[in-house]
Amino acid sequence: MTYEITSPAPELTVAVKGRLDTLTSPKLESELEPSIAKARSLVLDLAEVDYLSSAGLRLLLTLQKRFKREGGSFALRNIQPGVMEILRMTGFLKILSVE
Amino acid sequence: MNVAVTLHFTADTQKLPEVLDQLDTHLMSAGCPEDARMQLAVAVEEIFVNIANYAYSGKTGPATINIKADAHKASICFADSGFPYDPLKKEDPNIEQAAEDRPIGGLGIFLVKEMSDEVHYERRDDMNILTIVKKY
Repeated sequence: MTYEITSPAPELTVAVKGRLDTLTSPKLESELEPSIAKARSLVLDLAEVDYLSSAGLRLLLTLQKRFKREGGSFALRNIQPGVMEILRMTGFLKILSVE
Repeated sequence: MNVAVTLHFTADTQKLPEVLDQLDTHLMSAGCPEDARMQLAVAVEEIFVNIANYAYSGKTGPATINIKADAHKASICFADSGFPYDPLKKEDPNIEQAAEDRPIGGLGIFLVKEMSDEVHYERRDDMNILTIVKKY
């Protein structure tokens, strides 16, 4: 998993590439923390994410709760079909914003 | 092509990339399509990580993964000699809850069930045996 900050905080956009799994999801969360702490909004561009496990879902829910609690916004963009299916079957499409 | 292979790992989450790489290689050899390979990988990750985190109570132990696959169906069987645990007894999460009410976590075994056509657990010879079957 790699990522690139394509727009800095406070309107933070991050393009993620690769897998969001048990090992990579906590890594992404901790490495983005300094930027997230300064962000009013966060968009994750998932155009190049081809794999999402429950650890990735855990990260998405953590971010959703955090931005909602702090009055900010959190959204996903460019979701691949396989990842979209996982979001659908776990009910996450109803609780996350998709651009 | 028919694939039948048994893989032996130390039940350690750091082994996950190796587990998923080998799984993908064997499923590809069998002719398993890409979307089914991704779904099987998600199920295998959840089960392997569960074994690594819980089966041996903080210690490491062996995890064996047997893969039987062809161009239409895959059967993947996990065996560990850790504490008896049937993950299928865990209640499914409520996926209709609002974000603020949803607990963080608890989706792993639910995903395994969703990604598979069949999931079976048995305790045999002091081992936890969990088998998933997926048709494609």
